[in-house]
Amino acid sequence: MSNNNDDEKGLDPEVIEKLRTQAAELVEQVNAGDYARAMGLINELNEVRDQSLYREVGRLTRSLHEAIRNFQIDPRNAEQQEALSKMTDASDRLEYVVQMTSKAANRTMDLVEDTMPKAMALKEQAASLRDDWQRLRRREMEPAEFRELYGRIDNFFVSLTDEADSIYGSLSEILLAQDFQDLTGQVIQKVTGLVKEVEDHLLSLVVMASHVDQITGTVHDLSEAEPAEPDEKAADQGHGPQINAADRSDVVSGQDDVDDLLSSLGF
Amino acid sequence: MKILIVDDFSTMRRIIKNLLRDLGFTNTDEADDGNTALPMLKSGKYDFLVTDWNMPGMTGIELLKEVRADDNLKTLPVLMVTAEAKRDQIVAAAQAGVNGYVVKPFTAAVLKEKIEKIFERIQ
Repeated sequence: MSNNNDDEKGLDPEVIEKLRTQAAELVEQVNAGDYARAMGLINELNEVRDQSLYREVGRLTRSLHEAIRNFQIDPRNAEQQEALSKMTDASDRLEYVVQMTSKAANRTMDLVEDTMPKAMALKEQAASLRDDWQRLRRREMEPAEFRELYGRIDNFFVSLTDEADSIYGSLSEILLAQDFQDLTGQVIQKVTGLVKEVEDHLLSLVVMASHVDQITGTVHDLSEAEPAEPDEKAADQGHGPQINAADRSDVVSGQDDVDDLLSSLGF
Repeated sequence: MKILIVDDFSTMRRIIKNLLRDLGFTNTDEADDGNTALPMLKSGKYDFLVTDWNMPGMTGIELLKEVRADDNLKTLPVLMVTAEAKRDQIVAAAQAGVNGYVVKPFTAAVLKEKIEKIFERIQ
């Protein structure tokens, strides 16, 4: 919360002032023997504490709400606008990223699967023609065979032109299929921004909670907050891809590391 | 040679299927997690299992343990192809009886090498 810098220093000056005056009055009343009034003052102090808590929570709620409302991305055309207007929260947006990347991957693989046999067929035709061509050069070919080869070479040139066109076309489409990166990149950046904001707000919440602790005089046993040992079931569930693998010693940084590890285990 | 490919992402199954086809293995089936894969393995006479680790339902490591615990399947060669890259996970997979471990992202050459190595050792 950028508009609430007092957070860093401690309690609201207003609250501190109240605390000071009412504490002084409390001492006065206790010394004077007016215990009913003293109890009343303690209640008032409690209220001051509660109200400052509610105010902080209210502020946080507002800025979190704001962050979510501002969480928009710029659609480039009507179709995208329609697609994006349907998405109201980050998980929908990330689901959209999964769909987009999956669509692009499948489109690319369709084209590749379509193109590979063409390249293979051209290679086979060329290899067979090359063999016959070598025989012709060694003058091992009958005139009838040569006429047949002549025709095949002609056909090969025609199919070479057609197939090369089609392969070129598939490659350009594969290129275009990568345009998902633009839109998914935007969506991911927005979600990252939201996560960052939420992180900041959570940090503010922690700072605010520490003020509450200050008022209530609560001391936490931090050792309880240590993360529990992961049980076997959790380990079985897997962790997903590791980020910054190179900087971590408990994570392998590639296939070579895996191979080394396995061979050290006798594989 | 009949191969079962288990991964929750159809894209990854398709990539592996294509790579296996290039290596000459054309008889492949697919399953999206261990719960789907296990009955297929039990009834299907598969010669080789390629599985991911992190899947909803039954994970790859659980599937591996089920396979090793089944009298009819316990010798089935299993190759793990996964993004799971923590050392203790690789050790756990090795202890559970995996035959090979490939971390994603991988290349066609790595997949080929690991598969060939597994078959070399079996023969």
